[in-house]
Amino acid sequence: MGGEIAIQTRGLVRRFGDLVAVDHLSFEVKSGEIFGVIGHNGAGKTTTVRMLNGVLAASEGSARVLGLDPAADGVSLRKKTGVLTETPSIEERLTARDNLSLYAAIYGVPERQVALRVEDLLATFGLADRADEKAGGFSKGMKQRLALARALVHHPEVLFLDEPTAGLDPVLARSVHDLIIQQSETAGHTVFLCTHNLNEAQRLCHRVAVLGRGRLLAMGSPQELSRQWVTTLKTTLEVEPTRADEAIQWLETRGVEVADHTVPGHVTIQGVSREGTPDLVRSIADQGIPIFAVVPQEPTLEDVYFALQGEMDVAA
Amino acid sequence: MNRRAILSIIRKDLKVVAQSKAVVLPLILVPTLMFIVIPALAAFIPSLVKLPGSNMPRLDVLLRGAPPGLTAALSGYNDTQKYAVWMLVYLMAPMFLILPVMVASVIAADSFAGEKERKTLEALLYTPTSDVDLFVAKTLSAWVPAWLVTGLGFFVYSLVADLSAWSLVGKLILPNLTWTVMVIWVAPAAAGLGLGTMVLVSSRVSTFQEAYQLGGIVVLPIVLLVIGQATGVMYFDVGLVALLGLVLWVIDVALLWLGVRLFRRDELIAQL
Repeated sequence: MGGEIAIQTRGLVRRFGDLVAVDHLSFEVKSGEIFGVIGHNGAGKTTTVRMLNGVLAASEGSARVLGLDPAADGVSLRKKTGVLTETPSIEERLTARDNLSLYAAIYGVPERQVALRVEDLLATFGLADRADEKAGGFSKGMKQRLALARALVHHPEVLFLDEPTAGLDPVLARSVHDLIIQQSETAGHTVFLCTHNLNEAQRLCHRVAVLGRGRLLAMGSPQELSRQWVTTLKTTLEVEPTRADEAIQWLETRGVEVADHTVPGHVTIQGVSREGTPDLVRSIADQGIPIFAVVPQEPTLEDVYFALQGEMDVAA
Repeated sequence: MNRRAILSIIRKDLKVVAQSKAVVLPLILVPTLMFIVIPALAAFIPSLVKLPGSNMPRLDVLLRGAPPGLTAALSGYNDTQKYAVWMLVYLMAPMFLILPVMVASVIAADSFAGEKERKTLEALLYTPTSDVDLFVAKTLSAWVPAWLVTGLGFFVYSLVADLSAWSLVGKLILPNLTWTVMVIWVAPAAAGLGLGTMVLVSSRVSTFQEAYQLGGIVVLPIVLLVIGQATGVMYFDVGLVALLGLVLWVIDVALLWLGVRLFRRDELIAQL
């Protein structure tokens, strides 16, 4: 990851009538970073992508992408960005090859390189066998792959991906994940990833922004967000199986929630803070119940997301 | 302007249009009817005129009250020849203008509204093209084929009309100056009328069919011209045709001026 800033926004706002779709959004994305944006439908993810590409004007605030102002230098900027839209938006009456060749020409790929680039992408995305079939006959996953190939046709420096693995089977989703990582690590390109798939964001993103009703609710690496927003742990205690019931009883008398004890000798508790866990474990051991292992489960981005949405609902 | 992108989008639009039955069928049927079937009927005029109990009205009755120019143009022909010349050269002249309007409208409806309906517009809006590039590409992809089909139609029509009328008139009746001015000066302007109307309509609707049905109203002025000519109220001579072309060009400029203002990225993307 480079030190330069690839994307920067300052108080970005977009209104549609009375609706504030994006509400004073400020963030920076470093060059080569995989930056995730998560949030409900209508959280402002797609509107932000549109403003960052100079396709939609901001109502207030400013943005710079690769040093360019999207509102003033949209054409120059879009030569350097690639966008996978939420719907594949491919020409279904054209073949896969024609779809890619068309966009290669529009994006200004040198004419003598177009055929080679198109062949390369068709092979990379597993479409070579059906390159000369009309895209209208493709499955949802194939259309998604074709749209992703199209977004990469001109080697963009910043790649905006809106739900890139929607409709893909796990094997293809994994290959798309590998490609995203490769864009960042090998090519040094920046990836702006909008997704509902929290596991995907957790796995891929260096940093994540959580949006809600157009506002930035939180931002940081998945680990930072977990520490900041999820204060209690889910922990599995592995105890002597014959004394598990005794352990559960002891925990319940102390008001600790037992989430699961279906596996003999494994008692999963939740709602205990990171700091409070050692004392609790010690108190069980003091009862003479043997404890073989204490396995804390690190909070996931999903836990963070729901914690933040809960905060937002309370605020509303 | 990004010429390569513009040409690529035009090629794409035409390729896409060529695969739509809703677009291609009227583009084949209407010219076939207008430029082959109708002029070929001229060959049957003598038998229709002489048929006992024929309902064909006498042309001099039809032309009573016609502008002096038309009466003068038809003088020197016998009744059968008059019918042929009146039908092929004068009656069909305004009807011929339906073709550029229709071709431009159908293609523009598919190119502007159809692109929204197929949800392919969004990807195009993210390309490194300016709003003007996209507008020029979209308008040319409808306007150029309309003009080419009209030119080709005129060639075929002249051929069939001359073949049909040769045995009656004994000379070539087309092309003449009026038709030549019409094809070169008026037809492109008529195509612009269909196109400009469709650009405005497409900015307010979201499907090809809606655009086609609403925009179809643009042929009404042309139908009025046909009625005017058929009833002898007016006479398509070089002067009138040149004036008609001028009026249409002025309307085109106004429509395209409005169209450019409506065809803005942020307006278009907000509709998706």
